[in-house]
This record gives sequence, structure tokens and C-alpha cells, in this order.
Amino acid sequence: MPTTRRQFLSLAGGVTVAGAVPIVTLRPLEATPAMLNAAIRNVVGEAQIRSGRVKLDIPPLVENGNTVPMTVSVASAMTADDHVKSIHVFNEKNPQPNIGNFYLSPSSGRAQVSTRIRLADTQKVVAIARLSDDTFWQIAAEIVVTLAACTEEMN
Amino acid sequence: MISWRAIAAVALFAAAVPTLLAGEIPPDARRSGYSFMGPDTRAMQDDDTTNPGMLFVLDGEALWAKKTGSTNKACADCHGDARSSMKGVAARYPAFDKALGRPVTLDQRINLCRADHQQATPLPYEGRDLLALSAFIAHQSRGTAITAGDDPKLKPFIAQGRALFMQREGQLNLACTNCHDDNFDKRLAGAPITQAQPTGYPLYRLEWQTLGSLERRLRSCMTGVRAQAYDYGSPELVALQLYLMSRARGLPMETPAVRP
Amino acid sequence: MAALINVPAKARRGDIIEIRTLTSHIMETGFRHTADGKLVPRDIITSFTCRYNGTEIFRADLFPAIAANLYLSFFTVAKESGKFEFEWIGDNGYSSTASASIIVE
Repeated sequence: MPTTRRQFLSLAGGVTVAGAVPIVTLRPLEATPAMLNAAIRNVVGEAQIRSGRVKLDIPPLVENGNTVPMTVSVASAMTADDHVKSIHVFNEKNPQPNIGNFYLSPSSGRAQVSTRIRLADTQKVVAIARLSDDTFWQIAAEIVVTLAACTEEMN
Repeated sequence: MISWRAIAAVALFAAAVPTLLAGEIPPDARRSGYSFMGPDTRAMQDDDTTNPGMLFVLDGEALWAKKTGSTNKACADCHGDARSSMKGVAARYPAFDKALGRPVTLDQRINLCRADHQQATPLPYEGRDLLALSAFIAHQSRGTAITAGDDPKLKPFIAQGRALFMQREGQLNLACTNCHDDNFDKRLAGAPITQAQPTGYPLYRLEWQTLGSLERRLRSCMTGVRAQAYDYGSPELVALQLYLMSRARGLPMETPAVRP
Repeated sequence: MAALINVPAKARRGDIIEIRTLTSHIMETGFRHTADGKLVPRDIITSFTCRYNGTEIFRADLFPAIAANLYLSFFTVAKESGKFEFEWIGDNGYSSTASASIIVE
């Protein structure tokens, strides 16, 4: 995908600023940024994570956090020598930081996966791709979850 | 002179729209909830391979052909191929039942059929089987214009439903009409207020993460205004559904719709 | 419980085709409580696998953050006529399979 480095840096910059705001919460079940970080390190190990190549398609403003359509795609030739081995998606503020791990191969033809996810609150979603050369690439997106009026469960 | 003109104007207004009452939405301004939702939710409804409501339609199709009850009959044994026999049926419900002398919903019709012809136990409201069967039946009407309430015998029941729609209730002291006639297109918290046109029931609500009936939706609205919700199958909920369907006259059925 | 599988019936050799699956499942997170305060135990699909003529072409590990009635879309290169086999595995011994065939010309 022709995402230029400059475009991407400006996107990543925005996310960093938002991510730098400390999140104070009394609910211990929510994944803290530290939990998010630990979940990511669990997959990536000590490897460097570069920005770019990954595209995360989620509506920036979702109508209901219980069912959010999401597509992750990675710019890759998907050949035996150069392909995406796996895609890992994480969230920042659900009770658990993992969303899904998706394993591909050169026979996938296209490195793209869609599913529907749950987002408990307005938060950051991170997608990381592991390439066949064992480099890791990531993108993050900030998603605003609107809370519906007149829901059944009164929280 | 001035008073004459005023009287003339009032008379003209009354003659032009005799049936439309203050606050009601004129027929050409009626809009499905579909038009209020975002592109992602629309896309989910539009494609049968991604619409989760279709899972229930599939289950309903299997139930339609499954023999049950002490007569060991399937729906299909009497009604044949639902694609033709059930086409347009849901667009006419709730419908007047002669024997009972009152309107019945599609869910109630299914259970009447089970009792009378299959000699089977009634399926519980909001259970998966009843939702699946009603979704499968209503799906056969997708695209059909709603005509519920045309039967003249339903008139008093529509009037009852309309009175309930207009009546303030609950701790918030709100009537359905306050939001859905007077304030649609505005927002309540983050969510758009729709016209409450029940075009796609049973429908898949992202909030519920499952299929649900119009009765479930009405009951959650009542909880929303902090009112005591009517029971499933109660005459009040049937009358409200009948009024809402007659109010949506002419809009095409969308079952299974997807809503936020 | 139903599953909706969408695979093109026919494709040309070398085409990249999209596969879509939709499965009935509650995907109970394990983080919710009932009205009387009891924790509702987790009940989710934890793994999905797609095999194309016996070879794994796509696999997913799934977590409670996946919405109910699991939807997945992914791609593969149409190599030869044959069968796609799908397998969902989850909590409480949940296991479900489906298959779809394709003709590659």
C-alpha cells in the first residue's frame, strides 16, 4: 500500500500524543497501557517494532462498541521470500489486551483479515504484522465509542 | 375579516390532511432506521454473507421443515414452500384473528399454529427458535411494502396503540412521540433518534449481539424512560406494534435488519 | 446452530479469492456479571482453522474481545479444485466444522 513515511509519521504522532495522556481508572480489570505493552512484548519479544506497512480500517466513531467491524491489511507481495506470517491485534482498555492472532502464508495471496470486535470504551487499537524476515510492523488507531442511550442493561 | 380568514385557513388545512394529527410524520417523510445509521452498519445489513441476522434465518428455515408436536407435522406440511406461501405475510402483521376477536403478532400466530395444528408447546418469547422462525417468515417479505392495519376490524386496536404511543410514562415522563415524532434526526447521548419505523424485525442489534423482537425493543425503550415495561404478548404491546406497523405503511420490509 | 460460509463456487487458477465465515456463537466474555452479582463464565471460540485440500491456509487465535457470532474474512490463492474445511474450537468442549467446495479452471 502506498502509505508514505511522512503520512504515516503524522498519523503515528497523533496517536502518541493521545497515548501520552495518563489514563486513571479505578477499575482494575481494564488493560492498562502497561498490560497492552506486556501483551505486545509477549508476541514480539525484544524485537524492534517499526511503523508502517500495516493498515487498520475501523470506523473512527463507532455506533456500538459491542460489534465493531475491523479490517487489517499489510502491504506485502505475499511470495515465498517476502510475506506476512501473522497479524496480531491488541486493545488498550478492554478487560484483556488481546483481540486476535491471525496466521497467514504465501498461499494467502493477500495479507488482509476482517472480523468484528468489542471495544469497551473509547481507546487505542494496535495491529502488528510479523513478516517472513521476522521484522515487526505496526499501526495504531484511536477509536471513539459512542454510548447508546436507552440500553437495556443499566450500568 | 381577520377572523374569517383564520377560519378559512383552518378549514383548508383540515381538508388537505384529514387523517394526519399534530406531530405525526407525513407518509412521504417516513424513513427506515436504516437511513439513520452509519455506512459500516448499513454494509453489514446489505450483504447476506455478512449479515449476522441471516444465521437466524437459516435456523428458521430448518425449523420450518422440522416435524414437531403430537401431530408430527412441520410448518411446511401445511404451508409448503415459504418462499411463496409466506411472501408478504409479515408485512400484514399484527393481523386480526377472528376466533380471538383481537390482533395477534407473528410470534403469536406461530404459537397458535403450534397449538392448533401441531399440538406442540408454545415457543417462549425471545427464545432462539421463535426468533428464528419469525425471522425466516418475515425474511420472505423483504422488499414488500408494509400494509399492516388495513383491515377495518383493527381500527380500535390501532387507536389504542396510538394512545399508548402518545401517552407520557415513566420517571422521565416521556411519550414515544416526544422522541420519535418530534425529535428524530437529533441525538440522544451519542445515538441518533430515529422515527421508530419497525421495518426490519426481528432484527440484529449490535448492542444485543443477537436477534431480537420489536417487543424487546419496545420494552428497552420503556426501561429507558424508567417506566414499567409491559409483558411480552400483552395487549398493550400488541396494540403498540400494530400502531407502529400501520404508521410505517408503505415502507419496505428489511428483515433481518441490522441496527446499532 | 448455523454457520454461513461464503466461498466462490468457481475461480480461475491463480485468482486471489475471499473466504467469509459467520458462525452462531454467544462469545460470552467471562467478564460480565448477572443481576445478582455472579460472574458469567467465559464461553468463547478460541481457535479457527481453514484447510484447503488438507493444508492449513489460515488460522486464528481468538479472545473475548471478538464480537458474538464470529465473522471472519480472509484470502487465499485458488490453486486447484477441491474442498475447504473449516473448524471452530472453543470453551466447554465446543467444536464445530463445515466445508465448501470450489472448482478451479
